[in-house]
Amino acid sequence: MTVDMSQFYEVFFDESEELLAEAERLLLGLNIEDPDNEDLNAIFRAAHSIKGGAATFGFSDMAEVTHVLENLLDKIRKHEMALTAEHVDAFLAAKDVLEMELDGHRNGAEVNQDQVADVQMMLKSLSEAGGVAVKPAPTLDNPVPAAEAKQEPAAEAPSAEEKEVKSETDASTSNTTEGGVAVFNIVLPEVTDKDLSNLQDELGLLGEVTSKKQDNGRYVLTLTGDSSEDDIVSICSFILDPNDLVITKAGATAQAAEKQAEPANEKAEIEEDEGFGLFTDDEPETKAVKETPKVDAKAPQEKVKVEEEVGYGLFAEEGKENVEEGYGFFAPFKPHKDAEKADLIGDDTPVSDEAAASAQEASADNAASEAKATPAAKPAASANKKVDKAVSAETTSIRVGVEKVDQLINLVGELVITQAMIDQRVSEMDPVQNEALINSVTQLTRNTRDLQESVMSIRMMPMDFVFSRFPRMVRDLANKLGKKVDFVTEGATTELDKGLIERIVDPLTHLVRNSVDHGIEKPENRKAAGKGDTGKLTLSAAHKGGSIVIEVTDDGAGLNRDKLLAKAKSNGLEVSESMTDTEVFGLIFAPGFSTAEQVTDVSGRGVGMDVVKRNIASMGGSIEIRSALGYGTTISIALPLTLAILDGMSVSLGESLYVLPLNLIVETMQPKMEDIKTVTNEGLMVHVRGEYLPIIPLYALFNQETEITHPTEGVLVIIEAEGKKAALFVDALVGQQQVVIKSLETNFKKIQGISGATIMGDGSVALIIDVPSVIKMGQSNIKEGAYA
Amino acid sequence: MSTVTETNLETNGAEGSAPSQEYLTFVLADESYGIDILKVQEIRGYDPVTKIANTPEFIKGVVNLRGLIVPIVDLRIKFGLGKVVYDEFTVVIILNLNGRVVGIVVDGVSDVMNLKGTDLRSVPDIVASIDTKYITGLATVDEKMFILVDIEQLMTSNEMALIDSAVVQ
Repeated sequence: MTVDMSQFYEVFFDESEELLAEAERLLLGLNIEDPDNEDLNAIFRAAHSIKGGAATFGFSDMAEVTHVLENLLDKIRKHEMALTAEHVDAFLAAKDVLEMELDGHRNGAEVNQDQVADVQMMLKSLSEAGGVAVKPAPTLDNPVPAAEAKQEPAAEAPSAEEKEVKSETDASTSNTTEGGVAVFNIVLPEVTDKDLSNLQDELGLLGEVTSKKQDNGRYVLTLTGDSSEDDIVSICSFILDPNDLVITKAGATAQAAEKQAEPANEKAEIEEDEGFGLFTDDEPETKAVKETPKVDAKAPQEKVKVEEEVGYGLFAEEGKENVEEGYGFFAPFKPHKDAEKADLIGDDTPVSDEAAASAQEASADNAASEAKATPAAKPAASANKKVDKAVSAETTSIRVGVEKVDQLINLVGELVITQAMIDQRVSEMDPVQNEALINSVTQLTRNTRDLQESVMSIRMMPMDFVFSRFPRMVRDLANKLGKKVDFVTEGATTELDKGLIERIVDPLTHLVRNSVDHGIEKPENRKAAGKGDTGKLTLSAAHKGGSIVIEVTDDGAGLNRDKLLAKAKSNGLEVSESMTDTEVFGLIFAPGFSTAEQVTDVSGRGVGMDVVKRNIASMGGSIEIRSALGYGTTISIALPLTLAILDGMSVSLGESLYVLPLNLIVETMQPKMEDIKTVTNEGLMVHVRGEYLPIIPLYALFNQETEITHPTEGVLVIIEAEGKKAALFVDALVGQQQVVIKSLETNFKKIQGISGATIMGDGSVALIIDVPSVIKMGQSNIKEGAYA
Repeated sequence: MSTVTETNLETNGAEGSAPSQEYLTFVLADESYGIDILKVQEIRGYDPVTKIANTPEFIKGVVNLRGLIVPIVDLRIKFGLGKVVYDEFTVVIILNLNGRVVGIVVDGVSDVMNLKGTDLRSVPDIVASIDTKYITGLATVDEKMFILVDIEQLMTSNEMALIDSAVVQ
């Protein structure tokens, strides 16, 4: 029975990717002087999970890297080694290597083996060097393990009793685990030779495997290595039914086996995480006393890993057998990692001693039989706790295909339209006669809106998803360029449609790179300019009206207007001195435009900004630059909250309705005769609070028949996009409403001046006006004298 | 209906080697046209459309077809045929061309016919208002001539201006 493991690859890839991202986030957030234990544990867990998965799927390269990574992390986590910036760098490098390897497995991308080897060497040397240096540090004073232990006081006490029993019976067993490696006996069900050899190969990734055939025809594998049972179970489960497996940690004896038989939840992944908080499985033990906490931590795990019902039968007989068999194997073991691991035990010692003391006091009168009973009860209790955790972890998120969510959103969109139709019909009815119906419809309207909001929020993701990848990039880039950059993110919780989130990553990466490369100056230049030597780069996201505004702000050199103009001229672009700053800064979005004096491998080739602009525009957003020479630059991206729904203002023109995006409307007005000015060859202008704005008559632009042809008869809607304002002349305002955006391009094509269509309450179609393009169309029409 | 039965009988009797194909026939002015029925999604009456600015006159506009925005083309205007009136008898054939849904306005829908390759005649140079490159053949049934049109090619052509030129290779 060979299972095609490739079907699970994708899950592993996804998970690893998430874990790596999480690890990176945590690493960057670490306070080097005083690292948070929870964070260290979380990083360790991530590395461990990847290791387990990689080993299971046979990606041994990843398993190797994570293994050395894990060793180092483990030491730091246990405070045997002080965390240094060097460590963080090494971890980040390891994360990169893992990502590269992951990419290699996933997409067949090339893996730089030298880099892999370098990182492994670095981690190993760090691990060894640090281990020696910090070795004499008294671990007894260390508050961390004690704190950890106190979280589980109930668990500790009985374990001490257990210890008493064990220390006698297992005196010989305990020395078998001496030496930093754990020994597992794995009793297999009846298997074919082929499966057996497969299994041996797979397990070989974890450590040394020996097999022995028992009298009843079953095989017993003995695995020596510093892996955990989770690893073993997860590996075996691809070849065998894990329920048929009996895994005993040699030295854990029959007592552990009894505990394994306790009913428990089998959520392997959660278990794995749980275990870390207590003690790792691969801790070495030198004394019988020190065995205790280990069994403790171990027992609930084992119990869960191994199926209870099957367990009963097998453990009863074979548990002991294994131990006996185990002796034979254990004797020749050479402890490899004694030297560096021996002091790990220190962590556990105070705890177990303390616990033992208190337990002895508490149960001084207790008979040995009672002492035996207690340990059995304890894992059950902690198992319950685990079940609770498992449930909560399970319910926090589910993975659902994007298509399903999109379908849901579409359906709700349809529902909103239908609901609006009903609403409209009902509003025409006599309110007295149909009071009940009208009330129900009002209720329905509310419910529909709530439903729509909830459904839309499914697609929403916090901007943190994007922002979290930048601290690392900025850090590396700044180091590379010899700059000092303080990177700050604001509004990381702001939510944005998932589709947009994914598409904003590339443009934003480009902008951040640009800011670090071109914006922020080198420390010496900054000092010369009277600024602090550390530049500040802010990435912020905020809701503004119906859109989300993402800004990349640096306090660097700013854009040089004259330089830009000169460059534009030499590039053959049409420029004039009279251009506004916004227009001049907009020049950097022209293809092939770069003011960098030197092309670096970071940026400066002039490809990119035009792509950035195009990407943003294709998302229905706009981009704008504000800059002051010597003070910095802000690049501001405005994106619609979602691609599917728009807050719109419907306006009428003749017999048609058009929708204007509300966020682009500055104000609306009914102009007086004296506000309208005629400018030769420039069409009509309107005077609004000291500003003269060109009037764009929509009827002329769209060749639509209407009776209202003079601005004083209609309404002027002041619109603003891409830094330009204009007064759009329409017949009348109809109302404000949320509309579901439908693409015209699905069945038709892009029409100039129209960004899409929507279905109105009565089922008719209204077109959504593409404001930036209308402003452009209006300008060119004015220049051509179309409205003269 | 009699036409359909006869043609069916005819094709069945002939045991022709060429595979037969069903065509929906419609009338534009005095000419009868046939299009592959598999391209037809549905036939409906003419609903008011939303006009789209700056498009050719034969693109009437777009309608809401159960949540889809569907452009409507009046072939009568496009080919300068018949009287362009919109009343309760005006028919819109909704086509589904490789996922793109488009409606065409015609004078009337007449029939569904089963035609075999052997029923088809080659196309003389000038026969219809539609460019011959979109005509796959002529068929005569009951002394009546049908012009068979490759509607997909016609509707996706540049001259129909229904698709961004970028989409059309």
